[in-house]
Amino acid sequence: MSTDTLHGESSLLIQLRHGLRREQIDHALSDIAAGWGRRELWMTLGLHDVRQRYRRSKLGPFWITLSMAIMVLALGILYGQIFGQDLHEYLPFLAAGFVIWGLIASLIIDGCQSFIMAEGMIRQLNAPLSIYAYRGIWSTLIAFGHNIWVFFAVAVWFGVDLNWNLLWVPVALLMLLLNGLWIALFFGLLSARFRDVPLIVGSIVQVLFFITPVIWRPEMLPGRALLLDLNPFYHLVEIMRAPLLGQAPGLENWLTVILITVVGWTATLFFYSAYRWRIAYWV
Amino acid sequence: MASIQLENVSVSFPVYSASTRSLKNRLIQSATGGQIRADTVSQRISVVQALQDINISLKSGDRLGLIGHNGAGKTTLLRVLGGIYEPNSGRVAVQGSTVPLFDIGLGMNQESTGYENIVLRGLFLGLTRQRIRSMMDEIAEFTELGDFLDLPIRTYSAGMQMRLAFAVSTSVVPDILLLDEGIGAGDAAFLNKARERLQHFTEQVSIIVLSSHSEELVRTMCSKALVMEHGQIVFAGPTDEALERYQAMRGW
Repeated sequence: MSTDTLHGESSLLIQLRHGLRREQIDHALSDIAAGWGRRELWMTLGLHDVRQRYRRSKLGPFWITLSMAIMVLALGILYGQIFGQDLHEYLPFLAAGFVIWGLIASLIIDGCQSFIMAEGMIRQLNAPLSIYAYRGIWSTLIAFGHNIWVFFAVAVWFGVDLNWNLLWVPVALLMLLLNGLWIALFFGLLSARFRDVPLIVGSIVQVLFFITPVIWRPEMLPGRALLLDLNPFYHLVEIMRAPLLGQAPGLENWLTVILITVVGWTATLFFYSAYRWRIAYWV
Repeated sequence: MASIQLENVSVSFPVYSASTRSLKNRLIQSATGGQIRADTVSQRISVVQALQDINISLKSGDRLGLIGHNGAGKTTLLRVLGGIYEPNSGRVAVQGSTVPLFDIGLGMNQESTGYENIVLRGLFLGLTRQRIRSMMDEIAEFTELGDFLDLPIRTYSAGMQMRLAFAVSTSVVPDILLLDEGIGAGDAAFLNKARERLQHFTEQVSIIVLSSHSEELVRTMCSKALVMEHGQIVFAGPTDEALERYQAMRGW
């Protein structure tokens, strides 16, 4: 093998030019479509990922449920007191917010790992790369399926008005997963190249948890500052939390989420077309 | 009909150091601009030219062996053929279903049972669940693992795991098969049975490309061979001549 040295920057530009040709965009789209076609594979892999973690415990995946329940109760009682909230209102609010936040955070954090974690398979298997993104989303969804029962238990206990607005929940869930897919492709790609991205993203997500109304209510913020409306995560959480708590979903929340989805997918398609073919070299 | 066409294919690898893998460094580097630039010469990314101007044309019935030293580019070439690496330049046209069998145990899950792993391996090979179910009995019977198939495969011996992987991997015949060092089959008692199945399996495949260090293996399986060095093809022709050429190259 002969080696020669190139400037990193120029080679990245060459790659970008190569990647933005029409055929690369077609390849990226067909990669995502073909990945969907291999769903039996990634569903099985995602399920195995979840089971792997809990295989030898008696409770199995219900450990997820249990730890979520303990977290919600402990935080609910503590913060309910700190904020001087009525537990009947506050605990269902917290449970819903927490479960949804768990879903969003894990879509982002696990999304960063989608290609890094699969490096062995990527180099040996000629499958569309998007299956590794789908796989992570599927195991996140399975975990969510276990967590959501914590909310329903709290909701029934405190007599939350579970009404027809609940029909919005699956729609909102689908929307969050659709965003999860571009997040997994985009951040998975970026993380495969720059290995400090998962760490950076991890700490950002932690900060976002505190500035997003999950443990505090939007009404507690005086003047409902821009801080709230400009935070995309507020809207992502709200489209699902409102119907869970029996309220009709807000139009502005939905519009913002749709905007996020469109912008996110456009940026992702751009980068995924340009750099998808490099992923196998990066991992 | 299966076919493979490679025209002027070149592949180069970036070799990253820890600092070029950091987004933080990258951003600081571009923010601080020219001054620090002088010190960042060491941050250049080295590029390894793994394949250079490769031209290959294969049609149904071809059995091609790849021979060469470690790092000559054999595995990279297999990955290009399998569509795993897209080349930097050149054209790749592969027709037919392609299965790269570099590691027959790829994707096996230690905590899952033998049956579950048959399904998993099958899905990796691109089969549907339904198809796998219809072949399950035949595969299970061939492995001779009996009730063990209900146990997690971490309880298996290495030989038993190998049998399972072997049985599934050879259960479906692709158009194009890419092999790195052939297919292992496990313990001796199983070997004869495996050899028979393997022969039957490989006969049905349209095109096989095998990369190996074993001259014996290449001689028995392949009619044609390529000798590779430094990412280039230095000789292409009948296996015997290629092997002679390779021995002469090593020449001590």
